[in-house]
Amino acid sequence: MMKKLIIIDSGSANLNSVYKAVRAADLNPVVSDNPKNIKSATALIFPGVGSFYHAASEIRKKGLDGAIVEAVSSGKPFLGICLGMQLLLSGSEEVFGSDQPLTGLDLIPGFAKRFPDHLTVPHVGWNIAKPEKPSLLFSGLEEGDYFYFTHSYYVLPSEQNHTLAKTDYGQKFCSAVQCNNLYGVQFHPEKSGLAGLRLISNFGKIIADQQ
Amino acid sequence: MLAKRIIPCLDVRDGRVVKGTRFVNIRDAGDPVERAGFYSREGADELVFLDITASVEKRRAIVDVVRKTADAVFIPLTVGGGINSTDFMQELLQSGADKVSLNTAALEHPRLIEEGAKQFGSQCIVVAIDARRVNKQANFFRSASDLCWEVYSHGGRTPTGRDVIEWVTEAEKLGAGEILLTSMDADGTLDGYDLELLAAVTSTVKIPVIASGGAGKLEHLYEALTKGGAHAVLAASILHFGTYSIADLKNYLSKRGLPIRPADHQGYSDLREEK
Repeated sequence: MMKKLIIIDSGSANLNSVYKAVRAADLNPVVSDNPKNIKSATALIFPGVGSFYHAASEIRKKGLDGAIVEAVSSGKPFLGICLGMQLLLSGSEEVFGSDQPLTGLDLIPGFAKRFPDHLTVPHVGWNIAKPEKPSLLFSGLEEGDYFYFTHSYYVLPSEQNHTLAKTDYGQKFCSAVQCNNLYGVQFHPEKSGLAGLRLISNFGKIIADQQ
Repeated sequence: MLAKRIIPCLDVRDGRVVKGTRFVNIRDAGDPVERAGFYSREGADELVFLDITASVEKRRAIVDVVRKTADAVFIPLTVGGGINSTDFMQELLQSGADKVSLNTAALEHPRLIEEGAKQFGSQCIVVAIDARRVNKQANFFRSASDLCWEVYSHGGRTPTGRDVIEWVTEAEKLGAGEILLTSMDADGTLDGYDLELLAAVTSTVKIPVIASGGAGKLEHLYEALTKGGAHAVLAASILHFGTYSIADLKNYLSKRGLPIRPADHQGYSDLREEK
């Protein structure tokens, strides 16, 4: 089967940065917002920046929600970035002037919660993400490396074993998730210098191993 | 722990880096993409491009610079200089900028902050503020303390009659993700930041504040990040004149106990060779 790595265009991400970083990690991505393409991909990267509500509506408008759930359920390697990770959860506390319930894709049970007020919010800058268990995604990064974060909400997976890495900000929060072939990182690997490129490259190895 | 950030700032005009203090003694200082790569390898945590191009053609040149920089550099990039519409913000963000910095346009149309935050997210919106100390006797300032600062627009040329504390509070309310604060009194002096200004602002807002203006010695950076309460420092003169490297800054701050992200020891090409 022809390998096809797709970067999902959810309409709310800085795709160029992600695309360029994935290329720099020696992979060959294609950007798409077409559910048919997503269904036929062999692996997916799902970046997201902005408001949970806006992104959640956009992916449903474009019919991407079904395609993403199907891809993950069929075992394809999947990497959610920042908001792209938060959307994998059940929902978010974030409200953006609407009474509608805010639901995520519910692939990882749990919710996104806002950082407490006594901290400077958003959490912006370089912080250490340290993996809690062995994972191919953090190969070469096991000791904990600095990655770039910029977010006001953090995720609380309901299941302990879905937490892949933690970061210290006020208290330890979950900065990466994993459920089999499904990965998510709160930080931006495309903005995290060498450590970020290494992580993306590791995802590339995960894709290669899948074949 | 969240690290303190060192952010080199490059003034760009017509697609070239220029060196000079506020429009005086401007000299060509190289290709912005090359400079960005250099600073990134040296350990910069982020980069700022400030576009000081005067002409109408400015849009094309900076967008092109951003696009090329995004090809080679993988740390956050903020672009500022004459940004006055969400269309332009979108163009820059889609070309590879991670944040846009608003100054004069935000003062003239504060709604722009709100619109930008709504469309792209607060984390993409930096509000840059230039402020100068004023005499308390200037009675249009409502400041309760002895010290007041007036906000200036148009590259520090036009007094706005607004109090910095009042404006920074409004900017935060409208959705600014970060504040880039420049002391006009200290800028270019190499004598240290205006720590009172910094402390006044960092104790007012809950969003991160990047300190700018006045750093000449390593000690100054330390003061800004501790006494001043800043989360990051913009580095221009202190780096451009070759006195210090980013490693010098980071080693010093780290030795003094601040959380600092170490520079990458390898290059991006080394990563490929590992495979």
